[in-house]
Amino acid sequence: MKSRSVMKSNRQIEHYVAPIDETPLLATDTLKVDAAPLSLWADAWRKLRRRPLFIISALMILLLLVVAFFPGLFTQTAPNDNCQLGDSLAGPSAGHPLGFTFQGCDIYSRVIHGTQASLTVGVVSVIFVLIIGVTLGALAGFFGGWVDTIIARIGDIFFALPLVLGALVVTQLPFFRENKSVFTVVMVIVMLGWPQMARITRGAVIEVRNADFVTAARSLGVSKIGTLVRHVVPNALAPIIVLATMELGVFIVTEATLSFLGIGLPGSIMSWGNDISAAKDTLRTNPEVLMFPATALSITVLSFIMLGDALRDALDPKSRKR
Amino acid sequence: MATSNVTIDEAGSEERPLLEIRDLAISFQTAGGEFQAVKNAHLTIMPGETVAIVGESGSGKSTTALAAIGLLPENGRVSGGQILLDGEDISHAPERRMIELRGNTIGMVPQDPMSNLNPVWKIGYQVRETLRANGKPNAPADVARVLGEAGLPDSARRAKQYPHEFSGGMRQRALIAIGLSCQPRLLIADEPTSALDVTVQRQILDHLETMTAELGTAVLLITHDLGLAAERADKVVVMYRGNVVEAGPSLELLRNPQHPYTQRLVASAPSLASRRIQAAKAEGIETEELLAPTEAVVEKALSDDVLKVESLSKVFKLRSGVGKSTDFTAVDNVSFNVKRGTTTAIVGESGSGKSTVAQMVLNLLAPTSGRIVFDGVDTSTLNSREIFKFRRRVQPIFQDPYGSLDPMYNIFRTIEEPLRTHKIGDKASREKKVRELLDQVALPQSTMQRYPNELSGGQRQRVAIARALALDPEVIICDEAVSALDVLVQAQVLNLLAELQSNLGLTYLFITHDLAVVRQIADHVCVMQKGKLVETGSTDDVFDSPQQDYTKALLNAIPGASLMLPPVVA
Repeated sequence: MKSRSVMKSNRQIEHYVAPIDETPLLATDTLKVDAAPLSLWADAWRKLRRRPLFIISALMILLLLVVAFFPGLFTQTAPNDNCQLGDSLAGPSAGHPLGFTFQGCDIYSRVIHGTQASLTVGVVSVIFVLIIGVTLGALAGFFGGWVDTIIARIGDIFFALPLVLGALVVTQLPFFRENKSVFTVVMVIVMLGWPQMARITRGAVIEVRNADFVTAARSLGVSKIGTLVRHVVPNALAPIIVLATMELGVFIVTEATLSFLGIGLPGSIMSWGNDISAAKDTLRTNPEVLMFPATALSITVLSFIMLGDALRDALDPKSRKR
Repeated sequence: MATSNVTIDEAGSEERPLLEIRDLAISFQTAGGEFQAVKNAHLTIMPGETVAIVGESGSGKSTTALAAIGLLPENGRVSGGQILLDGEDISHAPERRMIELRGNTIGMVPQDPMSNLNPVWKIGYQVRETLRANGKPNAPADVARVLGEAGLPDSARRAKQYPHEFSGGMRQRALIAIGLSCQPRLLIADEPTSALDVTVQRQILDHLETMTAELGTAVLLITHDLGLAAERADKVVVMYRGNVVEAGPSLELLRNPQHPYTQRLVASAPSLASRRIQAAKAEGIETEELLAPTEAVVEKALSDDVLKVESLSKVFKLRSGVGKSTDFTAVDNVSFNVKRGTTTAIVGESGSGKSTVAQMVLNLLAPTSGRIVFDGVDTSTLNSREIFKFRRRVQPIFQDPYGSLDPMYNIFRTIEEPLRTHKIGDKASREKKVRELLDQVALPQSTMQRYPNELSGGQRQRVAIARALALDPEVIICDEAVSALDVLVQAQVLNLLAELQSNLGLTYLFITHDLAVVRQIADHVCVMQKGKLVETGSTDDVFDSPQQDYTKALLNAIPGASLMLPPVVA
């Protein structure tokens, strides 16, 4: 090889050396110590708080929470009492900015008071879906083999049921028919909603499972379950959080759908779904009665989906590699 | 332009450079503001000449080459200087002109053969695409000819295959075929072989050299390996932090480096280091420490095999249909002993089974047959409590510095975890121990509060070493522990490992594909090929008088090994 390069370089090649003071030599591999330490969550927060998408959706959700817990701050009109059939479908008037329903109830007050039921169904459903879906998905992904096969097949069965059809069947069971309540709606949603969460968790866990730090923990003597809980699941959380946020919105719509079909919340509970259902009879003549609860529903769902989008960008592990 | 290609060889006296880069500056627009990636870069390539740019990651070597072919990322721009191709400044040339030039004037061979071929198209189609884009004849026969010239046997049939049917070496040949298919006058090869095994690397580079010599193509070779650059190029350009710090004839540069950075690089290049360490040893310079154990440790170790591997085999069942499976023997009847306080290296190319051996020694994988005896006890007979104790005494360090630390744990929790798992000490004493460990691996104690993503590769690897040391183990299994690091950082970490060994009397089992590193750190070598142990012996014996053809081939393939270098006194 030596002879080759001597032979080939019949041209004169000059030997250039940069001035040393212009290219000072730094110590190899020094640590930057000036910046504050950044955990994944701190880093994500730093990215999030600059995103308009996040700021808008977070403010909207905050507002919704306040409305749900303190409806009294927004309206003094009771939603159900004082409904006078004389006011049926009347337009806006003083103290009643959105007008009246067919039954003569104040629409504004009903929309405000309906927030609580819709949000409760969404939040409680997501909590249960997280508990069941993440547990089963993590076990399936981490252990693989027959555990995975069984959980995946059971999930597939529920996954294959169209939501509305499945809900129709389940709600006709005597137990559900007789105990219509927030609880039964949540049960139906959780039953049909967990496989999606389990799938996402399983995928994320499989991705992390083979990382070197998991092997390192195992060879330190950490037990299998210990590694799963302490190393694997925390690192698989990002897609789970994103999905949970988006599903919150989706579950609120699901509740409205079921209530609209008359198989969701009982009529005694005020919810947007029930109001939309009641307003469909007068849709031709008075579409605005339906529009207000429907708009509230859309804004809520949009906020959660936007939040999920913003979280997805902020938690993207690719943007963290240096 | 295409017709002039043929006559370049004879036109050696033509003095106009093919590519000349003058005072080039490149900046990137990032979230944190404007970032200068390259400043004052200059470089000339004469027709038919091979020039190598050497530098560590982030030195701006790839960026400079990408600027020359007009493929800077969206957020990058040439902020100063000129790129003259045959006298024409192309640094701000419109995209239409660059498309004209790409392929038939400037060709490119990208780095990663695994991701640079489109998996949904046949190889032949991807070659044909290039030919057609440059207006060359593109009948199947032409495609086959181009692939054949790149050294793919049976190329007409190969052209009908998909990338996943090719091995890494074959893919790289296909990429070279694409890069050279339109007989460009300049070929940019960006780390063309760094993802390949050494023996394959050698074949590919030899072939590339022959082809470009025949075509009279000038080559701009980008590499992190100084030995490889010196061996393959007429001229070497060294880049450091975006600057060209030194440039000159390759041998001259190696023998007489002027800039302190080049001196540092020459001193730590593993592929060149074997000679240096030997010379240093003869002269009794303190770098003798690099060769690991001190006299006292060696004497104590003479009769003491801390680890004995006896006819170890591992057979994996590969599913090949419903209910059927074929056996794949990953490790085949491997036996070796590891003496206490010494370093034994297992060397082999990808697929040789070396990592499987490491997994079994760590007791993370059960052997199919054979025994692993650690300190007189067969590890397969241990019950779960004994395995827990065994874990304290044998610890791993892994290859990928980005994957071996949990990104959710800060450095303190990472290093404390082994102590907490084994219930050693209370909170205060554990913190004290973590601080000591950080001192041992030469990281500031303030690192404790940081997270892995804030550290460089070398620093992460130091943290991984600290974590492995936390339980005062006797044996450390290093699975490619330094392969992913830049040369200078690699030398630092190897020094650290050697230092820790002589201070703590550690035993290393060092799994690596890099024979050059073996020479720097190991006392004994086991060479593995396709699951079998083909040669064992002391490092000196194996390197000075290899017995097996495979070992000889491996040794020959170390880039730069054939360059006889006088000792460098730094």
